[in-house]
Amino acid sequence: MPQRFDLLVVGGGVIGLSVAWRAARGGLRAAVMDPAPASGASHAAAGMLAPVSEVTYTEEPLLRLGLASLDRWPSFAAELAADAGCEVGDLDYRDGGTLDVAFGADDMAALEEIAAFATGLGLPARRLTGRECRRLEPMLAPSVRGGMLAERDAWVDPRKVTAALLTALERRGVTLLRTRAAALETSAGRVTGVRPAAGGTVGADRVVLATGAWSGGPGGAGAPAAIEGLPPGILPPVRPVKGQIMRLRSPEPILGRCVRGTVHGSHVYLVPRADGELVVGATQEEMGFDTRVTAGGLWELLRDARELLPGVTELELSDAVAGLRPGTPDNLPVIGPAGPPGLWLATGHHRNGVLLAPLTADLCAGDGDPGLLKICSPLRFQEHR
Amino acid sequence: MDDDLIIGGEKFASRLIMGTGGAPSLEVLDAALAASGTELTTVAMRRLDPSARGSVLDVLRRRGIRVLPNTAGCFTAQEAVLTARLAREALETDWVKLEVISDERTLLPDPIETFDAAERLVADGFTVLPYIGDDPALARRLEQAGCAAVMPLGAPIGSGLGIRNPHNIELIVEAAGVPVILDAGIGTASDAALAMELGCDAVLLATAVTRAQRPDLMAQAMRSAVAAGRAARLAGRIPRRRYAEASSPMTP
Repeated sequence: MPQRFDLLVVGGGVIGLSVAWRAARGGLRAAVMDPAPASGASHAAAGMLAPVSEVTYTEEPLLRLGLASLDRWPSFAAELAADAGCEVGDLDYRDGGTLDVAFGADDMAALEEIAAFATGLGLPARRLTGRECRRLEPMLAPSVRGGMLAERDAWVDPRKVTAALLTALERRGVTLLRTRAAALETSAGRVTGVRPAAGGTVGADRVVLATGAWSGGPGGAGAPAAIEGLPPGILPPVRPVKGQIMRLRSPEPILGRCVRGTVHGSHVYLVPRADGELVVGATQEEMGFDTRVTAGGLWELLRDARELLPGVTELELSDAVAGLRPGTPDNLPVIGPAGPPGLWLATGHHRNGVLLAPLTADLCAGDGDPGLLKICSPLRFQEHR
Repeated sequence: MDDDLIIGGEKFASRLIMGTGGAPSLEVLDAALAASGTELTTVAMRRLDPSARGSVLDVLRRRGIRVLPNTAGCFTAQEAVLTARLAREALETDWVKLEVISDERTLLPDPIETFDAAERLVADGFTVLPYIGDDPALARRLEQAGCAAVMPLGAPIGSGLGIRNPHNIELIVEAAGVPVILDAGIGTASDAALAMELGCDAVLLATAVTRAQRPDLMAQAMRSAVAAGRAARLAGRIPRRRYAEASSPMTP
């Protein structure tokens, strides 16, 4: 008997799972199709929810999205924990802020400039001296010159979030189809479902493509087979942006909050977990669909991390992976109707998938500021093709 | 007026060569490249898969801008030669901006490794544009070795300190029989104009544009500055005088 759903999400990363969960909570019959859910970028991600400390010139629209989603995170975490039958603390959701620190004089000058930019935008960002930084985080190196505390920034453990989402989906009766989507089924121009690689048809009133770095269609060395059945020009210009990231382990947490640092112009971040895990990330490489972990990638992360936090080299190295961020030309996500009726996109979140998951889920559920949905419209790329 | 820049037998109407590093997004980079009017742009080959879709190379292809692969991040002549060969294979160009750095802190070019690599690449048929310190002797030697241009720095990469030794740049220009391209150190438009007034044939810059608050506007400023500096050089500046000289008659 052919299966039929109100909503079928292709892609089971943090975005796809969040979209499906939100839909199920709204009473829809939902399904997720992914041969290996929560194993891609969501598995690699550090989980910083840090729109303020990440602010840069030319990216005010991304800041708007980030702040809107950050506001949603407390209720998202509480509802998710309740649905998954766990505590909010089990997601490692914490809101102690991000401390952005500078190492050299040049790094300090750059930080001063970005702090002025953040303050000028009315963002909660407090300038700190080097000694004030070290009072907050005593393990920081004495050579840290100064910093900026983005007090509203938060963080979460993405692996725990996706695990909770999978549990919540199961408890809500959402079907998880562990197979690859081969093609979209269409009828009279309308998307009516998905043909899995294994054959057959899964019908749906609405299909949401949340396939992350794999959303951009064919091309490039090592690129996986693209989903078929779409008119040309519908898939967004999403490209994989490789990020190498490592996880260290200490018996006790050695930081109380997220620390981002600039060491001689090179960027690194450190994300602490309650259980003593310390995430150190991340490279940004335009290497196509390449997920090899390299000596140079890890060395650069450790080199900079050690300058900021000398004790880091004493920790156990427990994990090193590379994930593929779905990058877009303007660094903004692609969320909304894609053109053919019945098809939505929810992809292109680049460095901000975990942060933007609650907002993306709301936007896909028709809830949220239409102005924000307009920023993310897939049509912005189709117009100038 | 026909005033093309000619490197290795190829003509360019624009004397502004762009780099791609440091842009917040590909869209911002694209807009900046368009505003700059550049026809030649360098791309670091390290940590870039040339066959990947949607990368910076696609942006250049769409704009019809010639790609100048560079060997940024190499510390030895051997690494640089290997990187150049990979780039030639992947991009089907035998042009290379040769960059061999001596240390990560200053990113200053290593003259010995650079010369060594330049000799080998020239012998291998490459069109070599080496990034060097502002050293007239080395510039001359690289020209003798067959390089198609020389690219002395104004100041360290990304520093925005401008041209720290204009005198040496002039000495390099005086002696050079190949184009001199001022590379690295440009912070703002007046730096680019000065490079051209000193007699450089072109200017290469990236950070000054990509990390500006409004990259497209800064790119436009650089384009105007390079054109203005070039025109001033060709027009011939007046001699500096200690005292005033009336430009209109003072006495009947």
